[in-house]
Amino acid sequence: MSERFDCIIVGAGPAGISCAYELGKGGAKVLLLERGEYPGSKNVMGGVLYRQMMEDVIPDFYKEAPLERPIVEQRFMMMDKESAVTFGYKGMEWGKEPFNNFTVLRAKFDQWFASKAVEQGAVLVNETVVTECIVENGKVVGVRTDRPDGDVYADVVVLADGVNSLLAKSLGFHKEYRPDEVALATMEIIKLDKKIIEDRFNLEPDQGCTIELFGDATKGILGTGFLYTNKGSLSIGVGTLLSGLIKHKIRPHELLDYVKNHPMIRPYLQGGEQQEYLAHLIPEGGYKSMGKVVGNGVIVVGDAAQLVNAIHREGSNLAMTSGRFAAEAVLNAMEMEDFTESTLDQYRIKLMDSFVGQDMKKYKDSTHHFDKFPQYFGDYIPMMNQAASQMFTVDGKSKWEKQKKIWKDIGTPREKIKIARDMYRAWKVMK
Amino acid sequence: MNEGKKPQSIEEKQYLVRFNADTKSHLHVKNPEICLTDCPDKICTLFCPAEIYKWEDIRMHIGYEGCHECGSCRIGCPHENIDWVYPKGGHGILFRLG
Repeated sequence: MSERFDCIIVGAGPAGISCAYELGKGGAKVLLLERGEYPGSKNVMGGVLYRQMMEDVIPDFYKEAPLERPIVEQRFMMMDKESAVTFGYKGMEWGKEPFNNFTVLRAKFDQWFASKAVEQGAVLVNETVVTECIVENGKVVGVRTDRPDGDVYADVVVLADGVNSLLAKSLGFHKEYRPDEVALATMEIIKLDKKIIEDRFNLEPDQGCTIELFGDATKGILGTGFLYTNKGSLSIGVGTLLSGLIKHKIRPHELLDYVKNHPMIRPYLQGGEQQEYLAHLIPEGGYKSMGKVVGNGVIVVGDAAQLVNAIHREGSNLAMTSGRFAAEAVLNAMEMEDFTESTLDQYRIKLMDSFVGQDMKKYKDSTHHFDKFPQYFGDYIPMMNQAASQMFTVDGKSKWEKQKKIWKDIGTPREKIKIARDMYRAWKVMK
Repeated sequence: MNEGKKPQSIEEKQYLVRFNADTKSHLHVKNPEICLTDCPDKICTLFCPAEIYKWEDIRMHIGYEGCHECGSCRIGCPHENIDWVYPKGGHGILFRLG
């Protein structure tokens, strides 16, 4: 690999591939390096891909891409041990063009997406780990790979190497993450007949449903579970802050089994066959955990830049948008023949002005807030369930009596004030 | 799948996954002495999603072949005692779906 490139991209996930696609389209000579056997072979995601940000890269992609189901219903379950308060939205407008989002299986989707970048002229090299950035005179000028004679040079290197961005860390762009800045998610793909899925989730053929699980799904630890419908399978998973698992000494795969066997979830999975078990970290530190994203000859995108909106389960769309902006900044730098930090900084400015930066800022305190006050997940969700149970149980008591009891069960006046304060605080960090 | 109440073993889950293990480990304990004397909890044996860390009498055994490359052990080790790199290109875990 003695060739020289305009740009080297490390990592063929949504961020890296978007960047490669846009650069290829713009006529740049691009090398896309992937450590797995194929793009997607190392990648894990709950499975929801948002249409808009993908279309910003490839219009009408849904006519061709390997997608699972367009989602027409998003449900939320606030779970206690043997109950759940459920709400959601179902809209048939999401079942037709232009769609809202889709479930995808990443190993399939990423391979397809990468092939589109290759069609645009990007050179994809799999099975290659980048071990370090080559830095000369304070400027990144290329990468060292684990191949023999594996140094490759370029004007710009884009780091799209995911949550474990050893490269951005080695450049001093961010410190090692703390266990409360990352969530560990485990999931399983459960094979199930297409017709059974549609019956169980009350779906028209080929339409999809997602359910987010709160409260007892994580045994009250900060995090969420999820149950998504694919074509002929379900994705069931659970993710919590790593610090929560450590504190409560819970084995992640046992938490997953707990969710799978929960009486609110088990009926959905009944009779299914396990196909794959996966684990991955999610960078959930938010805005405050973001490191430097631009340097001389280098740009950081996607998970490697901590671009995840944990509150809204968005990550891949932030990744794709950041990859696209990075490509625009590189093309601009090529035009100006200047690859210094100040020129490439156009990427950071665009990113922070867009929904990506705005959403990161909006929720900058949310993860920390809910982590600091565990009562939201541990106490208030069970409380909600008990209130619903009392109100809907018909046993000869008047509704006034029931309301009085619910109000009394919430606690002393002092505890009520505390709850009111917590609700106000929650509103403040989310507003 | 597991329909009963019995929690499933991690071995059964790991059988669902394809691995192309390298002959050399990509994970190392930096200082075995720290695990032995300074870490009564051996928390990595609990939070690793593949349970590749096993405490054997006086030393930590790492079954790196079953590693999901998630990075939790590097971040979660309270003593920053794990030397964590990616497996050699093309090796390690290989997801076919998710």
